Amino acid sequence: MSLEQFKDRNVGTQNYTMLDLGESPKTGWGKFKQVAKRSVKLELFTGLKVTFREMIKALFMGEMHTTKYPFEKLPIAPRYRAIHEMKRLLESGHYRCIGCGLCEKICIADCIRMDTRYDENQRKEVSEYTINFGRCIFCGYCAEVCPELAIVHGGRYENASEQRASFALFEDMLTPLDQLTQQKEYPGFGAVSPDADKKIKKTPLAY
Amino acid sequence: MDGYIIATVIKAILVLAVISALAGFGTYLERKVLAFMQRRLGPMHVGPYGLLQLVADGIKLFTKEDFIPNNANRLIFMIAPVITAATAFIALAAVPMLPEFELFGITVRPIVSDLNIGILFVLGMMAAGLYGPLLAGVAQHNKWGLLGAARTAVQFLSYEVVTGLSILAPIMIVGSLSLIDFNNYQAGGIGEWLIWKQPLAFILFLIAGFAETNRTPFDLLEHEAEVVSGYATEYSGMRWGMFFIGEYANMITIGFLASLVFFGGFNDWGFIPGGLAILLKVSFFFFLMLWVRASWPHIRPDQLMWLCWKVLMPLAVINVTVTGFVMMF
Repeated sequence: MSLEQFKDRNVGTQNYTMLDLGESPKTGWGKFKQVAKRSVKLELFTGLKVTFREMIKALFMGEMHTTKYPFEKLPIAPRYRAIHEMKRLLESGHYRCIGCGLCEKICIADCIRMDTRYDENQRKEVSEYTINFGRCIFCGYCAEVCPELAIVHGGRYENASEQRASFALFEDMLTPLDQLTQQKEYPGFGAVSPDADKKIKKTPLAY
Repeated sequence: MDGYIIATVIKAILVLAVISALAGFGTYLERKVLAFMQRRLGPMHVGPYGLLQLVADGIKLFTKEDFIPNNANRLIFMIAPVITAATAFIALAAVPMLPEFELFGITVRPIVSDLNIGILFVLGMMAAGLYGPLLAGVAQHNKWGLLGAARTAVQFLSYEVVTGLSILAPIMIVGSLSLIDFNNYQAGGIGEWLIWKQPLAFILFLIAGFAETNRTPFDLLEHEAEVVSGYATEYSGMRWGMFFIGEYANMITIGFLASLVFFGGFNDWGFIPGGLAILLKVSFFFFLMLWVRASWPHIRPDQLMWLCWKVLMPLAVINVTVTGFVMMF
């Protein structure tokens, strides 16, 4: 295969629509006629009409575009990657994190730091978990790699504060116990797709 | 005689206070109208519907540092804004604002001084106001300021001719320069308005008025996208504020002139009393200036000169000539 079609960088010239502007006048008399025609046609008033129409729309037909930001907020996309959230198991209320350390391993900004230990039931428990938000680039790998959907990205994008540490501790990111019933599953990075059940195929027995 | 002097002083102070307050309020109106035309809300947070925004702006302007750049000509730099603001208010001295009314048994004429050369005085003062931007631009030792000053000279030379010539035809018809005579000439109701006799002169005067007040589409003097802020580049605080009080006072003056000369002035308009009628007319012209600013792009200096010298001035001369012939025969 030749590389011709890839080397042709002249993209998009084929589909341009040329506006029918007519010929520019060359003679003085032609220019004068154009000026006179344009003045008499009152094209300028079209502009005035448009702005006045927009004003009427904004004032009386409820088409004002302004969002009063700190008081009103627009919904953000579910796949938006803001400050992380740690989820809990709905039944027991225990945190989902199993301390596998995959997020710490995959983090390309090297900002996740976790310590684990065995508790009295010989289960792994997370003794310390922090994300350094000075380094985090919000790439979403941690949410994608997490096998338990324990660490996900939330919608908290207003993260200006005196201390970055106010976001960064495990307890800050964990869903509060009293709000467990309002915990929502995360539809973004690394989550199970809505039609996951349909995609599951039975493993053949002979396999 | 003493009473006359006292009355004049009181009128002058009232005009100064009311018009400067209105000029400040004009900035609020401008921001609101521009916002609505772009489907925004405009200032909303200071006071109800942002009404106290102009107080906040005033406090900000008054408390800012009075900065004079190095190498600037200090004296001229300091007095240039005063020229703009002062001439704008002096021009209003010969403008009758409202019809005569009775107050405590005294007949009040709401005009500081009924000069017999009224309109000439007003236009002359507004033209003298252009020395403000011109001197400010030259004095501030800044290349953008210098460009702004050059543009001031260009614009000044171009439109003053049109203003004078366009207003000449109505003056010929009325036969007087006093604005009160203009008003009385149109006392016979809406059919007597000079706009019906002089539509072309009105259009020319309005275009020249936009240029006179540095409004879009003729805001060459301080167009941000081209010359940073033109003549006002180095100004800050209240000196900068004075330029803009002058500009808004000039807008009000142009509104009054257009209403008085072409639209029947403060005569009763049907069932609307004269005082309210002229305020409505002036408000319309003020709104028109904001409306045009929201709608039209501004033009290049060479286009302004082309428009003024090659289109508007010939039209004005033709208008004057035709009016003269019609009056003669």
